[in-house]
Amino acid sequence: MRLELSMTVTAAFFYLFATITIASGFMVIASRNPVQSVLFLILAFVNAAGLFLLMGAEFLAMILVIVYVGAVAVLFLFVVMMLDVDFAALRQGFLQYLPIGGLIGLILLLELILVVGTYTIDPGLVRSPQVPIPSADVMTNTEAIGQVLYTRYFYFFQAAGLILLVAMIGAIVLTLRERVGVRRQDISKQNARTQETAVEVRKVPFRQGI
Amino acid sequence: MVIGLGHYLTVAAVLFTLGVFGIFINRKNVIVILMSIELILLAVNINMVAFSTHLNDIVGQVFAMLILTVAAAEAAIGLAILVVFFRNRGSIAVEDVNMMRG
Repeated sequence: MRLELSMTVTAAFFYLFATITIASGFMVIASRNPVQSVLFLILAFVNAAGLFLLMGAEFLAMILVIVYVGAVAVLFLFVVMMLDVDFAALRQGFLQYLPIGGLIGLILLLELILVVGTYTIDPGLVRSPQVPIPSADVMTNTEAIGQVLYTRYFYFFQAAGLILLVAMIGAIVLTLRERVGVRRQDISKQNARTQETAVEVRKVPFRQGI
Repeated sequence: MVIGLGHYLTVAAVLFTLGVFGIFINRKNVIVILMSIELILLAVNINMVAFSTHLNDIVGQVFAMLILTVAAAEAAIGLAILVVFFRNRGSIAVEDVNMMRG
């Protein structure tokens, strides 16, 4: 069930989530230590999930927490901690790109804010929704998404599955390596052994040994 | 104090800019660049969901989920490439990537 909050409480929560999201997004790119960057990324994701909740997209909010915080961010943390990188050396040239990067970022932000601040949706241009969101007391958000995703957008759903399969195979193929000098169990080689190749029968001369 | 579509779009715009800015200033650190791409995709997702809920159309949320899938796949492949690159070179600096002189 969707929580009915009063307008002021909604606004307060919006500003709380938005501020923390943006602040932690800034800390992701400005932090000296990549481990801290990953932790701030997790904070940004959690607060973005809060924003999704405020908008009424509960399922996506939970998926964001599960997929991003639970999988992607932990993967990042794992890689950052696994690689023994001299991060201080990577900070060289940080100030070198700051002016041009700041300029481009500022221009981009100004343009985006101008677009967001000045546009209005022409009611005549808004088509009737393809699939209207059902009211919360009729159907939950998860159920509504499921009814669309598994029928109308089923091919997209399968394509998403295919993308994940390709990503999985790609990651395995990229990182799997054959180490030399490691004794691994090779089942096909074990099964291919016969008695003739495995056991050698010799006639041992008396009192001499082999 | 009504929180409308514009508020969410502004948050997404700021987040998107932070992502682009992060790519620019962290030119050497691939991990932070990948995290910046995640920030950009998160901003796109916020836009999708904001339009979806304000235009009362659930299709936007379906596509936000597909973006999420692509983002997860991208992170997995990107980090795998990073691990292989680090194994070969012992460094993750972007400036060393031109070893193949392609």
